[in-house]
Amino acid sequence: MSSQLSATPLHAWHHAHGARMAEFANYEMPIQYKGIVAEHHATRTAAGVFDISHMGRLRFDGPRADQLLDHLLTRKVLDMQTGQVRYSLVCNENGGILDDVLVSCLESPSGKNYFLLVVNASNRAKIVQWLQPHLADFPDVEFHDVTDATAMIAVQGPKALEICRPLLPASALSLGYYRAKVTEQMSKPCIVSRTGYTGEDGFELIIKSEDAPRVWENIMMAGRELGVQPVGLGARDTLRLEAGMPLYGHELDEAIDPYQAGLGFACNLKDRSFVGRDALEQKSKLVTLPKRVGLILDGRRAARQGAEVLDADSRVIGQVTSGSFSPTLDKPIAMAYLEPAIAVDGTPLNIDIRGTCVSARIVPYTFYKRALSL
Amino acid sequence: MSITPEQLRYCESHEWAYVADESSGIATIGISAFAVAELTDLVFMALPKMGQTVTAGSEFGEVESVKAVSPLYSPVSGTVVEVHSALVDKLDSLNVDPYDEGWIIKVKMSDPLELNRLLNWDAYQKQCSH
Repeated sequence: MSSQLSATPLHAWHHAHGARMAEFANYEMPIQYKGIVAEHHATRTAAGVFDISHMGRLRFDGPRADQLLDHLLTRKVLDMQTGQVRYSLVCNENGGILDDVLVSCLESPSGKNYFLLVVNASNRAKIVQWLQPHLADFPDVEFHDVTDATAMIAVQGPKALEICRPLLPASALSLGYYRAKVTEQMSKPCIVSRTGYTGEDGFELIIKSEDAPRVWENIMMAGRELGVQPVGLGARDTLRLEAGMPLYGHELDEAIDPYQAGLGFACNLKDRSFVGRDALEQKSKLVTLPKRVGLILDGRRAARQGAEVLDADSRVIGQVTSGSFSPTLDKPIAMAYLEPAIAVDGTPLNIDIRGTCVSARIVPYTFYKRALSL
Repeated sequence: MSITPEQLRYCESHEWAYVADESSGIATIGISAFAVAELTDLVFMALPKMGQTVTAGSEFGEVESVKAVSPLYSPVSGTVVEVHSALVDKLDSLNVDPYDEGWIIKVKMSDPLELNRLLNWDAYQKQCSH
């Protein structure tokens, strides 16, 4: 691993604003600016701006792009309407999870429909490679990895809409949840979606690389009076964990199936044929595999990935996949995979944190739900 | 007591040691302002027990931030004679004063000469600026 790290188009801004940088998925990314807790609270109470340019962005053009993706994704694609976004999984033939993705059906300014797949940074190379034989089966589908040519910025939090009001056209501001649109940000081409990875309302913007610093500054300016903060990957992780959202490499990997992960909703098996479908049908009937749960721990100490979960008799019943101190709950929280017989809300158990037993109880993994405003 | 950072001896791993009275052979141990700023968002500290033996360069406890767990290494060898247990409930105070109010343990040194191996303020400052 001696290859040089990639930088996002906002790298210079992060440096100039005191970000602590670290390697993530072969990118040098901002981990924090002011501090994880301050950035976390800013996102929950006002708004956070995130450079998520490291996420992979894959574009599929051509009349059969929907058929190709319908063949590769666990979620139905054929019935997607223009402007729709869906959360889906990419599974291998055995039903193991290769990645979790957002697929958008978009209309280009020239009036043509195309699809955009946003994949995890850590899985981009794997997915692009995995796509190749399938692309060969659909030679009329044009595939472009547009990750390097573009940047991606998330604006998340209760003030996200207000911050974006002077920046985006009304048609983008009025997008419903999981809707997306090709539009402009102050005459710069921009894909806007009402999506995010924090549990808050907000938008994700995809712009051309060269426009990224300008768009970022516009957001910071528009949000200055509203308490907007730049947010690094540290708080992005605590925010998604509180919201119960899985992270590939923690809650998801090729040895986990969607039903264990609580993501059965993202698998449309009926009347479809896609890679991994038959294996998933078998797995959907299994009830013996460990399943994903949330845990709230006593004390102040967090259980990190790999910590063992024990029952009252000190028998190992599972492992923690993510854990952190929750700034919103002011308690340590975690997600873990546990034997299904034990994975019942309210069940008390223990976690071995580097040799110390800490008591915990099972809770729904949506630790935080924002109040819905209508 | 009133400790200033210039008076202290430092480990490369950011712990400090201070000997108020050489005849007592007791060193007060804590972590530097630089370490506190680097760690940010402290939520927990695991401390040794009274009477426990500590060894220079070995772990005597740990400090946990929202992000990660970091071991605390002892600058000196000896026996723990005092533990600042109240600190665990006011880790925020380390942001204000990691020296006076933020001391962590006191150790009866078995080999006070070990202090000579630690960095002085100037050398430690240099290390932190790298």
